[in-house]
Amino acid sequence: MFRILRTRALGRNIKLFEIEAPRIAHKQKPGQFVILRLHDRGERIPLTIEGSDPKKGSITLVVQSIGKTTSLMNSLEAGDVVLDVVGPLGKPSEIRNYGTAVVIGGSVGTAVALPTARALKEAGNRVIGITGSRSKDLLVLEDELRAVSHETFVMTDDGSYGEQGLVTKKLQELIDSGLKIDLVLAIGPVPMMRAVWNVARTHGIKTLVSLNSIMVDGTGMCGGCRVLAGDKSKFACVDGPEFDAAEINFDVLIQRNNMYRGDEKRSLDKFLANPEEDLKLMRDLRSRADAERCQLETLEAAAKREVSDAVA
Amino acid sequence: MPSHNPLANRDRMKIQRQHMPEQDAVERGHNFKEVNLGLPEEVAKIEAQRCLACEKTTCITACPVGVKIKDFVDLVLAGDYIGAARKIREDNSLPAVTGRVCPQEDQCEGKCVLAKKGSSLAIGYLERFVADYEQSTGQLGMPAIAPATGKKVAIVGSGPAGLSCAGDLIQKGHKVRVFEALHEIGGVLIYGIPEFRLPKEIVRQEVDNLRQMGVEFETNVVVGKTVTIDELMQEEGYDAVFLATGAGLPQFLGIAGEHLNGVYSANEFLTRVNLMRAYQFPEYDEPVYDCRGKDVIVVGGGNTALDAVRTALRLGARSASIFYRRTEAEMPARKEEVAHAKAEGVQFHFLVNPLAFEGDEKGWLKSVTCSRMELGEMDASGRRRPVPVQGSEFETAVSLAIIAVGTTANPLVQSTTPDLATNKRGYIVTDADSQKTSKRGVFAGGDIVTGAATVILAMGAGRNGAKAIHDYLTTDVF
Repeated sequence: MFRILRTRALGRNIKLFEIEAPRIAHKQKPGQFVILRLHDRGERIPLTIEGSDPKKGSITLVVQSIGKTTSLMNSLEAGDVVLDVVGPLGKPSEIRNYGTAVVIGGSVGTAVALPTARALKEAGNRVIGITGSRSKDLLVLEDELRAVSHETFVMTDDGSYGEQGLVTKKLQELIDSGLKIDLVLAIGPVPMMRAVWNVARTHGIKTLVSLNSIMVDGTGMCGGCRVLAGDKSKFACVDGPEFDAAEINFDVLIQRNNMYRGDEKRSLDKFLANPEEDLKLMRDLRSRADAERCQLETLEAAAKREVSDAVA
Repeated sequence: MPSHNPLANRDRMKIQRQHMPEQDAVERGHNFKEVNLGLPEEVAKIEAQRCLACEKTTCITACPVGVKIKDFVDLVLAGDYIGAARKIREDNSLPAVTGRVCPQEDQCEGKCVLAKKGSSLAIGYLERFVADYEQSTGQLGMPAIAPATGKKVAIVGSGPAGLSCAGDLIQKGHKVRVFEALHEIGGVLIYGIPEFRLPKEIVRQEVDNLRQMGVEFETNVVVGKTVTIDELMQEEGYDAVFLATGAGLPQFLGIAGEHLNGVYSANEFLTRVNLMRAYQFPEYDEPVYDCRGKDVIVVGGGNTALDAVRTALRLGARSASIFYRRTEAEMPARKEEVAHAKAEGVQFHFLVNPLAFEGDEKGWLKSVTCSRMELGEMDASGRRRPVPVQGSEFETAVSLAIIAVGTTANPLVQSTTPDLATNKRGYIVTDADSQKTSKRGVFAGGDIVTGAATVILAMGAGRNGAKAIHDYLTTDVF
């Protein structure tokens, strides 16, 4: 079981979680993800890791309520536990000095892009950050993006904050201004990533995207996350999640991501109509974890007493 | 040991092989409850009387883990079922599992002297009877555990090879910890083999038995990602490692349309249903394609293909069919499973091979185009190679297609362990007898060495590995 140490609301239905996961915290590299399962009846969902603190033994995840599992997750607070977290999975981002890198995050995609942006900056790249969303309340981690970028632009579709327009508008402006861009990293909804690629490709700019395919095990065993890359099948979980946009068939990605749309809606509606069943499972889990911790502390205290008795 | 069999050999041979009671075929086609119901005690005793207690135990030689069949059958005759369980457990850590899923007809029962004279002793049924009896009484026929050696062994993967290795090493007094990538212990026994053939409760009980013997388990650890082999040995103090990571990546057919919605690998379909309990959606969160009223095909002829097609049937498919490119004679699946599937209404189409999948405008599978095949020359596997019949292409409507044509090696562990030698197909290279890899202190066994095989062969590799690890820990370097 994995304890939530801290939560922070970042936007409408968007929450940051710091979770105790020492093994993962020690190994996590930018671009990697975890698979998480909330309780005994839960599904396994992939979430890209926003960051980690190896000393503290914790990782951070940013979650937007979309389906049932993410909605249930976002009802959790510090002290609650989640049943399973496994990772870090997938290949880390390929970090090197490309020159000038434009990092584009669409809403929560910004959280996913952050660690890679930071690593790109540390590798000597000039990093230009663009974060965008439909409106201000869906914009996250702007300050954090500013901190890892040499220059940052904020876009909202409705103009409620920053500049009005899509992230592609800003990318086009940068290109038109004569800036030489060596790499674009785009992370967000698939239509956004495709739109970014459509702009970048006309100027021959290498573009990396992070794919959010449907996964089960996350280790290459099921093949459910397969994407059409060129004329080849690749698995987002082990060959990705980052891919060169040039090889990705975005239409097939969107089609496959729609596969369980009906089931997802049914599951979410059921949860929203009666959340108590799942909330109880989460409470029971927390009690179980508390009891285990209590037992462990008693054992440790007893062991300490034994040692001090022996010394005395 | 004096025999407890009251009958003369002549009389033993007059007894007919006892039948396994099973759930009604029509009824079970709609539920996930176990098909075979197990022998009642009196029937098990009658069956045990058929054993000729041969001098030369060819049945034991044919068992990959060498279960002392003659001895345990005699203990059944004596009515000492816990003793029989203990006897089996000396060689086999998972008797309730192997009693259900072993291809006995190719192993112990295939070599039974009675097989030549009619029908073999039902060794699998008896093994299952003993293991179930043990579970039902809650008394574990626990073998003796040697005094602690102070040595630590990490086992990577909790499938049959890993569990079998763990069971043997714990008996030798070593500290054993099993690492599992998924959230539940059991590997293919949990995610692959369906409930109706191997109830998950049985697996959980066998795992609990190992826990009682002292084996530790840690889930959610992908060795190669969460922790590397070098870290386990250098930082966490493991003296030896046994790699039992299993078969790995599913193979697809490499034909057009495999990215359509409605085309699954058998691994994905079975994992969703078995591990994630998608057949209970939405009570459980993970969904699976809604088979109700749909036409489903499964491509392949092995046990995995049969598990998938019978699962689709139970999920309410209008038709559930096997498409296999050879004939029934070449099917690698257990004969009992084929017979069960036929009784349940699964349709078999032999000598057909898919050429392309076609979808609708939204990307959902709607049909498959196949070619008819005929058997040609012998191939490397010793079977006649299927070759397409010219002009035989046909198209048939289908909503769900499940590909069960095998797996390739998962590279996760190998890719982060550069000094671990692999062959050109990516499987780990080991010394045939000792399961030793190219890396000192690291052993491997099961599907990650041999490619996809059976539960019992993996268990045999686990046993060999345990023996080699024990030798290594007690003589080699220490």
